[in-house]
Amino acid sequence: MDQSGFADLKPRLVLTGITKRYPSVVANDDVSLSIRPGEIHAVLGENGAGKSTLMKMIYGVTKPDAGTIMWNGQYETIAAPAQARRMGIGMVFQHFSLFETLTVWENIALALDEPVPTAKLASQITEVSEKYGLPIDPYRLVHSMSVGERQRVEIVRCLLQEPKLLIMDEPTSVLTPQAVLILFKTLRRLAAEGCSILYISHKLDEIRALCDTATVLRGGRVSGTAIPRNETNESLARMMIGGELAECRLAPREAKEERLKVERLSLTSPDPFGTSLKDVSLTVRSGEILGIAGVSGNGQKELMTALSGERLSPASMIKLLGQPAGNLNPAQRRAVGLTFVPEERLGRGAVPPMSLAQNALLTGARKGMVQRGIIHPSVMKTFSKNVIERFKVKCGGDQSVASSLSGGNLQKFIVGRETMLQPRMMIVAQPTWGVDVGAAQLIRQALIDLRDQGVAILVISEELDELFAISDRLAVIADGRLSPSVKPAETSIEQIGTWMSGKFGDRADDRAASANAHLETANAQA
Amino acid sequence: MLKLERRATPSSIMSVASPLLAAVGMLITGFVLFKVLGKDPVEAFYLFFVKPVSTTYGIGELLLKTTPLLLCGLGLALGFRANVWNIGAEGQLTMGAIAGGGVALWFGDSESAFALPLMLLAGVLGGMAWAAIPAFLRTRFNTNEILVTLMLVYISQLVLSWLVHGPWRDPQGLNYPQSQGFGDAETMSILISGTRVTWGIVYALGLALVAWIFSQKTFAGFRMQVAGLAPAAAAYAGFSEKRNIWIALMICGATAGLAGVCEVAGPIGRLQQQISPGYGFAAIIVAWIGRLHPIGVVFGALLMSLLYLGGEAAQMGMGLPSAITGLFQGLLLFYLLAADLFITFRLKRVAPVEVNTLKPPVRAETAA
Amino acid sequence: MNPIVPMIASTVVAATPLIYAALGETVVERSGVLNLGIEGMMLIGAVTGFATTYATGSAALGFLAAACAAVALSLLFGFLTLNLQTNQVATGLALTLFGIGLSAFVGYNYAGLPVNRLTPITIPGLTAIPVVGDLLFHYDIMVYLSIALFVGVQWFLTKSRTGLTLRAIGESPSVAHSIGKSVLKTRYLAVMFGGAMAGIAGAYLSLVQTPMWVEGMSAGKGWIALALVVFGTWKPTRIVVGAYLFGGVTQFQLFAQGFGLPIPTEFLSMLPYAATIIVLVIICRDPKTILLNQPASLGRSFHSAA
Repeated sequence: MDQSGFADLKPRLVLTGITKRYPSVVANDDVSLSIRPGEIHAVLGENGAGKSTLMKMIYGVTKPDAGTIMWNGQYETIAAPAQARRMGIGMVFQHFSLFETLTVWENIALALDEPVPTAKLASQITEVSEKYGLPIDPYRLVHSMSVGERQRVEIVRCLLQEPKLLIMDEPTSVLTPQAVLILFKTLRRLAAEGCSILYISHKLDEIRALCDTATVLRGGRVSGTAIPRNETNESLARMMIGGELAECRLAPREAKEERLKVERLSLTSPDPFGTSLKDVSLTVRSGEILGIAGVSGNGQKELMTALSGERLSPASMIKLLGQPAGNLNPAQRRAVGLTFVPEERLGRGAVPPMSLAQNALLTGARKGMVQRGIIHPSVMKTFSKNVIERFKVKCGGDQSVASSLSGGNLQKFIVGRETMLQPRMMIVAQPTWGVDVGAAQLIRQALIDLRDQGVAILVISEELDELFAISDRLAVIADGRLSPSVKPAETSIEQIGTWMSGKFGDRADDRAASANAHLETANAQA
Repeated sequence: MLKLERRATPSSIMSVASPLLAAVGMLITGFVLFKVLGKDPVEAFYLFFVKPVSTTYGIGELLLKTTPLLLCGLGLALGFRANVWNIGAEGQLTMGAIAGGGVALWFGDSESAFALPLMLLAGVLGGMAWAAIPAFLRTRFNTNEILVTLMLVYISQLVLSWLVHGPWRDPQGLNYPQSQGFGDAETMSILISGTRVTWGIVYALGLALVAWIFSQKTFAGFRMQVAGLAPAAAAYAGFSEKRNIWIALMICGATAGLAGVCEVAGPIGRLQQQISPGYGFAAIIVAWIGRLHPIGVVFGALLMSLLYLGGEAAQMGMGLPSAITGLFQGLLLFYLLAADLFITFRLKRVAPVEVNTLKPPVRAETAA
Repeated sequence: MNPIVPMIASTVVAATPLIYAALGETVVERSGVLNLGIEGMMLIGAVTGFATTYATGSAALGFLAAACAAVALSLLFGFLTLNLQTNQVATGLALTLFGIGLSAFVGYNYAGLPVNRLTPITIPGLTAIPVVGDLLFHYDIMVYLSIALFVGVQWFLTKSRTGLTLRAIGESPSVAHSIGKSVLKTRYLAVMFGGAMAGIAGAYLSLVQTPMWVEGMSAGKGWIALALVVFGTWKPTRIVVGAYLFGGVTQFQLFAQGFGLPIPTEFLSMLPYAATIIVLVIICRDPKTILLNQPASLGRSFHSAA
């Protein structure tokens, strides 16, 4: 503890023996941690380790079943977020707590306990946002902002209340690598002013770069504490997952014929707050994985629905196995040999209250499960049992309902189902989002095996590390436009990061995008 | 302190038990209501629920009223399962009656063996045509089917009213707003002698079986169920939303239209201003209480039919308004909705959290 | 006398219950709750208002009792949908079916009885002005209060802090919950307000428009009010304009008679229903209009996993 440099300060927050049980899982079991003024304290753990639940209890969103919370030397029961805010605790959520149809100042006004006149509030917003290098316009509507800008609104909203403790839940998942560095600057400045920061993440590099101290969670329990800068990624990972981080190996392989070709696809989003696709072209060949990176909300969803057939486009813009497919619906594209794994598992990839066997029927009708319009339950059963076995899906059998599975196991089932439909082209969105390390490893390996069998695979992901590990080629989507593709070995995180802010290509309409990017950098420096 | 907690998996026991719980809740409320109204509840219950079906004729009446409720309920249940909120079965029923009745009037005194089959066909088509309007507007113009189907109920009733007041009015009918009575060839034959129940109930039960096979065994039925449970999953799987909407509305239009023509070709025997005491609306409750399951709908229709008979008996035997039927119907649906909660949730006793946190253990004190 | 003036006056009277019911439902829907039970609550309001005024002779008490009775019904809806998280569409339908049955049951003994109609108020000096006086200053108090209600709801939704909270909850109850807003409390208050307004709308039918109690007398006006909310894209100004247009359509019979059009009355009576369908088609034609204006959480249950 002495090395952390806070030994002489009284703790600001002390958690002791915090326990929270949910019907099917113990989210936190006897968790204790303490944080001092000006300390940046990481809460490290993989998905499902209980980080978010712990933070929600500190912020008063949920209540612990057992344990104590001490704030500035006083025992407190934090009953509601409003009370947490009054005490001086602010939180920036992973999934932002902003209202899209309202303006920035309205969003901020809603979180204030006392009414403040609009003009006064607006000037306060401008003042604070400029002071900390987080420029925002108080009168803008939130839905018109990028996710990075929205995060600024969240942070400014917290800062206006002059917090003594700021909780950041996975804040970098929505930022480009360059924007991450800017955020770190802001956080260090806040810490220097005496604000304590709880930084929740599963990204080891970031924690080593930013945090003074760390508490590591595994399966809801504290598995260790550390001074991150004295640790290596490997030693932190051991604490986090209780073993070594396995690495994917991608043997070089010659890509063969074109399986998917998208030519100059432009498509207006039906969602008024969505992103339209602009002039997207790409090819995926047999035996290769094309990875598409990008900050969320830049057209990934729209690209996915256009490729899956949930939205139709002119026939010739999308070619599947050489055949025009833009006007084919999802079922017709499946018949050609396409399968896909959507980002949203429960409710899109699987029907929550239906059994796994019925969920096999959802996309597997052509595998003999339906003959002359009549369902054959035995074929459904056999198929789903095979998926459960081969992909090590932990469940009560093929009659378990989809909603009873954990996120990782459901994803294994969906990836397994789509794999065992023997695709020739497969599209996967966010393959390992919110999935535990073991399942993530299994899923990545399954994709690589499929590639080695000659299937063409397109992966859309927000995890850059993942894309660098499993892609033969990488492209970036930004504001509905797609960058040229490059081999991971021939590029760098920095270049991909620059592309993620929209700076790529040399056509005329790129100038606006690059101007924007310059502005962001300039603002960040201010 | 009791708290609601989501079950890990929905309870299948509760999903069967909940309609029974709802019926019990309705009976208890009815008991209190009769008491408040100064009637002897036991006698009232006997009069309401037992006496109407204590004779063969009474059983016949029960089955007679079950027919339209079951037919409409089957169609609605299939639609509700697919998230198609057709609440205008009453209008589709009316249109079926008008179309079938129109054919009957066209045949007039003819003895043709084609008259009745053509009437039934016309009734089915009339109901489908009326249901095609919301289907078209929803699939083509994204227009909410709840409001459209309901508005079409009022319009269909006005069309009927115009016909029986105007062009189709019986000239020898003493100015009553009704058509000529249908001849024998245009009337359905009686199933059980000594009652008024027609072959309609047999058609309805047969269709319940068909609906059961459709929803449990066919891929089309599965697609509609997915559309109801998770519309995004249906889109992902490539199940056409438009096709599901059309199927749902066409099936309900057909069954409700059949119900309408069975009424005019059966117990009513002519077209008149009112041909249904709200069967199409009561069928919404029938569908719900039957768990949107074809076999459940059969029982739901029987129960609802009994409520109609009871209401009539209460009017005659106790001087209570027959509107008591509507009251019981609404109560039943309320209780059912409330009881359904326990399919996905359960009550759990939890200790108040404050107890733990207000008395901190001593070791925490020293650790700090 | 100029026939246009009574036509317009009758249009205003026809529109008034729609304004109450639709503005009430607007507040409910802006909080993210879809209450399809307006028709049932209106009927309960109509019968309660009538019975109370019949017994006491006071129209004011009648309107008050109507509002209270409909609020009681809306609380039932609130308990089911907000506490027990039942399906809002099904529960609203149940409320309507229940309201139809209950009102017919309660009103059985009141059918056909007379009651003193709520009379127009006269404003010295203004009512006497030719034409203008008849057009603007010759209505009952509830007509003027409906204008006040419009101003109040408009201010509440766009300017007040509570209105901002309500709109925020309607967009995302989970976000509102996470920043510490009480979703349950706000939605309950909104549902009760919607109930009170539907009750008043119903009483207006049985105390002013008809004035007597007839079984099922709302004749779909509750549903038309629901359609008006969509037609007005959840905005009070457009909803009020829509209500007056609809009021005009329901009075088309007068116009037709005025111009001597030989159309069967049934077809004239269909007009409001047909018009409802047509305006819904016009508004819903572009899905973006609905997506942009409809409260994002409309009709969805919210359960805080605390």
